[in-house]
Amino acid sequence: MPDFKVNKTFEEINEKIKKGTVVVVTAEQMIGVTREHGPIEAARKVDVVTTGTFGIMCSSGALLNFGHTNPRMKASKVYLNDVEAYAGIAAVDCYIGATQTREDDPQNKVFPGRFRYGGGHVIEDLVAGKPVTLKAYGYGTDCYPNREVEKTMTIHDFRDTLLLNPRNAYQNYNCAINNSKKTIYTYMGILRPDCMNANYSTSGQLSPLLNDPFYRTIGLGTRIFLGGGVGYVIGAGTQHTAHSKRSENGVVMGGSGTIAVQGDMKQMSARFLRGASITGYGCSLNVGLGIPVPVLNEEMAMFTAVSDEEIFAPIVDYGLEYPQDGGSVLGYVTYSQLRSGEIDFAGRKIATASLSSYSAAIEIANTLKDWISSGKFLLGKPVETLPSMDFKGFPNLS
Amino acid sequence: MNSKNVLLIFKSNIMYKPVIYRLAKDFDLVFNILEAKILPRREGRILLELRGPDEIIDQGIKFLQDHHVVVELLSEKVWREEDNCVHCGACVGLCPTAALSVHEPDRKVAFEVTKCVACGMCGLVCPFGAMKDITLFDPFAEGRVNS
Repeated sequence: MPDFKVNKTFEEINEKIKKGTVVVVTAEQMIGVTREHGPIEAARKVDVVTTGTFGIMCSSGALLNFGHTNPRMKASKVYLNDVEAYAGIAAVDCYIGATQTREDDPQNKVFPGRFRYGGGHVIEDLVAGKPVTLKAYGYGTDCYPNREVEKTMTIHDFRDTLLLNPRNAYQNYNCAINNSKKTIYTYMGILRPDCMNANYSTSGQLSPLLNDPFYRTIGLGTRIFLGGGVGYVIGAGTQHTAHSKRSENGVVMGGSGTIAVQGDMKQMSARFLRGASITGYGCSLNVGLGIPVPVLNEEMAMFTAVSDEEIFAPIVDYGLEYPQDGGSVLGYVTYSQLRSGEIDFAGRKIATASLSSYSAAIEIANTLKDWISSGKFLLGKPVETLPSMDFKGFPNLS
Repeated sequence: MNSKNVLLIFKSNIMYKPVIYRLAKDFDLVFNILEAKILPRREGRILLELRGPDEIIDQGIKFLQDHHVVVELLSEKVWREEDNCVHCGACVGLCPTAALSVHEPDRKVAFEVTKCVACGMCGLVCPFGAMKDITLFDPFAEGRVNS
C-alpha cells in the first residue's frame, strides 16, 4: 500500500456528517472537482461521493412473511396477484422473484410476448400501497391444518417485506448489437438485424461500482440508497468477480463486480422500484440504487473522478454469439461515445440507446447527497469488503 | 413548408374512389404514404404525411372530409403517459424519425409528437407501457361504428 497524503476514516467522516460539516458531491460533480484541484486537494475537500443507477435488475425479489392465519397454515404454494412466489421455506414465508410471470401469461407463445405483469410489478404494487390478492395452499398438518387461504392485502398487512436482491448494480455491462439477419427481442432490448442499433445499460460515470473499482469501501454492511429508501449491501452478488480485464485506471472493461442487497420495502418508493415488461423476454424490476463512496485518500479521489470518456463497454453480438454461450468482445466503446447517440462500428455509424435511466441516476445521487448533508444518513463501514484484486496504483500519485 | 401527419379512414362506401391524387393535382400538396392497409370491401386506412403551407394543408384536409374521408391528426392519437416514463431511452434508438430523443444536460427523453409517424416501435420496446399509440387497423372498427 502506498503512503497517502490524505488519510480519512469512516468514523471521521461520520463525525462530520453528525456535525453537519461533511462535504458531499455527486460522482458527476467529482470529475470537475478533481480536474480543477487535483486528486490530493480533492481528497482533502470532499468527504463523500454519491453515485446512482436506475436500470433493469432481473436478479431481484422480495422475501415476504404474510403473517399466520387462523387456523394456522403451512403454505406450500403461494400466489400474489396470480404470480407465484416460492414457498418452500417456513410456514408463511415466501420469496417472489422479479422475473416470475403471471400464471396465465401467454409468455412467448405468440412471439414476441408482452409480459405485462409479473413479480416485479407485484413488488411495485406493494410498495405503491396498492392491494394485492394473496392465494396460498397447504397440504395440512397437525400443527398447520389450514389448506387454503385467499385474501386481499396491502404492504402494511404483511408482517415482513424485505427486498432481497441476489445480484444488483453490475459494475459495467455489455453494449449489445445484433449481427444476425432478423430482429431479436432480448433483455438488452430490441436489436435490429445487421447491427442497425446498439443498446447499453449502465449509468457510466455515476454508476456505483465504477466509482470504487476495487471495492475498497464497499461490502457487507455498506448503507445505500435502495428503491427510494435505505438498504444495505450484504456481500458480493452472484457472478461477482474482480478478475476482469481492466484499463490503466483500474476500471473494469466488462461485467465484473456485483452486489447483493437488502432493505425494508415499507420505507421504499414505487418511483424507484418499477415493474418492467421486456417484449419477447419477460418481466423484471427496475431498481434505483445509490452507494455513497467515502473519499478516504487521494486514490479514492482518483477513482471517484472517473468520467465517461475513461470507461469502456465491450461490444457483444446478441444475435449469433451470446445465445450460444459465446460473446466474444468485438470491440470497445467509451460511455461518452455511447451517450452521444451513435457509435462507429464496423465502418459505419450505429444508433445507440440506454436501457438505464441516467436522469434517474442523477436524481438518486442528488437524493443521497441531501440525506448525507442533512445528517440523516451515516456511512456504513463494511465488516468485510467484496473480493478484490491488487492495483498497481496511479503513476501520478506515487 | 409545413408538415402534418394524418390518419385517413376510408369507409366501405368511398374506399374505391380515387381521392388522394387530387391533393397533389388540385392543391399542390406533397404527400408521403407512411403506412397503408386495405381490408377489401370493408375499410381502408392510410397514414399520410402532408407537406405544404399550413392553410393549403387545411384546405386539403377539408377537401378530404368533404369527400367523406375521416381525417384524424396523428399528433392527437399518440401520446406518452408522463408518469410511466422513467427516461431510460430504450425507445430512442428505434425511433425512425427522431421524435424521441435524449436532451442534455439532464438527459431526459423528449417526445415531439408532430414528428411521430405511429410506427409503434416505442410502444413495443417501452418496459413501462409509457408510449400510447394507435394500431393502424382496429379489426373491430366497423362493429364499433355501428354500435
